[in-house]
Amino acid sequence: MAVMTYREALNLALREEMKRDDRVFVIGEEVGLYEGAYKVTQGLLKEFGPQRIVDTPIAESGFTGVGIGAAMTGLRPVVEMMTFNFALLALDQIVNSAAKMNYMSGGQFNVPIVIRGPGGPAHQLAAQHSQSMEVYFYHVPGLKVVRPSTPADAKGLLKSAIRDDNPVIFIESETLYAVKGEVSEDPDFLVPLGQAVVRREGTDVTVIAYMGMMYRALEAADEVAKDGISVEVVDPRTLQPLDAATILASVRKTHRAVVIEAGAGFAGMGSELSAVITEQAFDDLDAPVERVTGVPAPMPYARNLERAKTPNKERIVDAIRRICNVNGS
Amino acid sequence: MAQKTSAQQKGAAPAGIDAGLARALYNDMVLIRRFEEKAAEAYALGKIGGFLHLYIGEEAVGVGATSTLRPDDYAISAYREHGHCLAKGSDPRRAMAELFGRIDGLCKGKGGSMHLFDKSVNFLGGHAIVGAHLPLATGVAFGIKYRGTDQVIVCYFGDGAVPEGEFHESLNLASLWKLPVVYICENNRYAMGTSLERALAQTEIWKFGQAYNMPCEAVDGMDVLAVRDVVARAVGRARTDKTPTLIEARTYRFRGHSMRDPAGAVYRTKDEVEREKLRDPIVLFRDRALKAGWLTEEDARKIEKDVHDLVDEAVAFAEASPEPPASELLTDIFKES
Repeated sequence: MAVMTYREALNLALREEMKRDDRVFVIGEEVGLYEGAYKVTQGLLKEFGPQRIVDTPIAESGFTGVGIGAAMTGLRPVVEMMTFNFALLALDQIVNSAAKMNYMSGGQFNVPIVIRGPGGPAHQLAAQHSQSMEVYFYHVPGLKVVRPSTPADAKGLLKSAIRDDNPVIFIESETLYAVKGEVSEDPDFLVPLGQAVVRREGTDVTVIAYMGMMYRALEAADEVAKDGISVEVVDPRTLQPLDAATILASVRKTHRAVVIEAGAGFAGMGSELSAVITEQAFDDLDAPVERVTGVPAPMPYARNLERAKTPNKERIVDAIRRICNVNGS
Repeated sequence: MAQKTSAQQKGAAPAGIDAGLARALYNDMVLIRRFEEKAAEAYALGKIGGFLHLYIGEEAVGVGATSTLRPDDYAISAYREHGHCLAKGSDPRRAMAELFGRIDGLCKGKGGSMHLFDKSVNFLGGHAIVGAHLPLATGVAFGIKYRGTDQVIVCYFGDGAVPEGEFHESLNLASLWKLPVVYICENNRYAMGTSLERALAQTEIWKFGQAYNMPCEAVDGMDVLAVRDVVARAVGRARTDKTPTLIEARTYRFRGHSMRDPAGAVYRTKDEVEREKLRDPIVLFRDRALKAGWLTEEDARKIEKDVHDLVDEAVAFAEASPEPPASELLTDIFKES
């Protein structure tokens, strides 16, 4: 075990997997000479050379398609989106080529590709660079979607994603790159895709949250503990496939669920989680599922408006108190 | 079957033509023509659904190009791809069964007319979002170079893909990185119903290759030997020094855009269609082969009869093949490790 940042954990995962399998290569804008817009690929060009750390011009659809074509014929590309907002330029390649290739070819051509980069609310990056992107992908059959919240998960899940034989959308966060945590240095350390984790055990209410919202949920749990409310925090980690079993087991124990989502809410991950819980654990619920979501507006630039756009600890605390019938702030 | 008679060469020797090659070229073009005619019949009878885009009139491009490839080379195409798939060596029975949506189809009936794939002959699809497979071809070429082998990929697309951004992104990347890909634009003059003149500021499509600093030229797409010569040179460049090429093959589709546009008559004149049909690539090559003594009349008739029998057999095979079982709905969404 070593303490490292989320960024360093991703970098280590890439290095280990590139050493392990020479079919793995990294391709994207500024991944080589510049060492990554967020320095996730720092040092890789020097270690692996330009054949395997491939700088591209600004052509997201083109280089994503290059990755897919290479994957169809046996390579295992890791495509970096400088930010996931740019993946919209490659959305057709991801949805119509990567996701469907194995199915429409009757199982002849699978696409072992990872498309990774930061997404979600960031700090004053404004409307086009600060939005929750997972919603565009987890709806599509054939894609796996990962959102790793901690340095250990960043490493273990990225390694699993690279070893997976299918397209994996792997969305990190600008706000988490500097977060530090304990990370295994064992090159065989993996976190399997499709497994949620209980971040904090509790008995009164289950809060489901990932990425920055998971950290806000833990802060909210500390806060309401002062009122004697015991919160269990579940982090799905992989949104597709979703580990419904872990989530439902928690809800069946606590009988209450609060679902947190940084995105705009309408038809979002919170809606899906709420539906899964309501359909499969209705009789176990003591209260309707509460959703805490982002405001349905584009991300504003001004700091005060930006703060109001995304759920914060206070809104999560309020929701927990509401669902537990505790009058608070 | 198709593999035995295919014009696809081992090692590609473009210079010269002999009776064997002439027979193979003629066979493959007639096979594609007949396959498409029978597919159209089956469509009219409701046995094939969805969209059906026929390659009739354009056979010389796919056959001439494929005749320069090795079996381990790759080909990829858009949604008018039956001909490219058959030329590459796919079993016409399994191709027809795919159009019928049957379990013995190339893709178990899950792809359909626009999504033929055949890994056994390195045919990589069948892609129906215009322009989207050009980056895939570029990626396959990237993979070839990455692995250090000497294969090439031929990428077919229509003139309709040229205004798409992915055409330009692909040519730029392939030239920038020196990748072994041959882009073949089958310019049949109409993107669905939009003529070249209504779609492109530069209608000499081959010239886009100049903008991306790669070898490029136009060729008469109705002349299978001319196509073969031009593509052979491009394949040679790709194989030996990883140089990509853009080829504009000038051709014409004798039918409409799809079976839902059977006449193709709204956006072009009947006179034009009749005039172009005078340059039928199969008739042109048949005449030339007879004159040159590569084929006798008897040889040609024998090929025609054998191909008709083969395609009849393909239709019977497709009709006899069962529909995919319900369990296929949920298989192949992910590859299980």
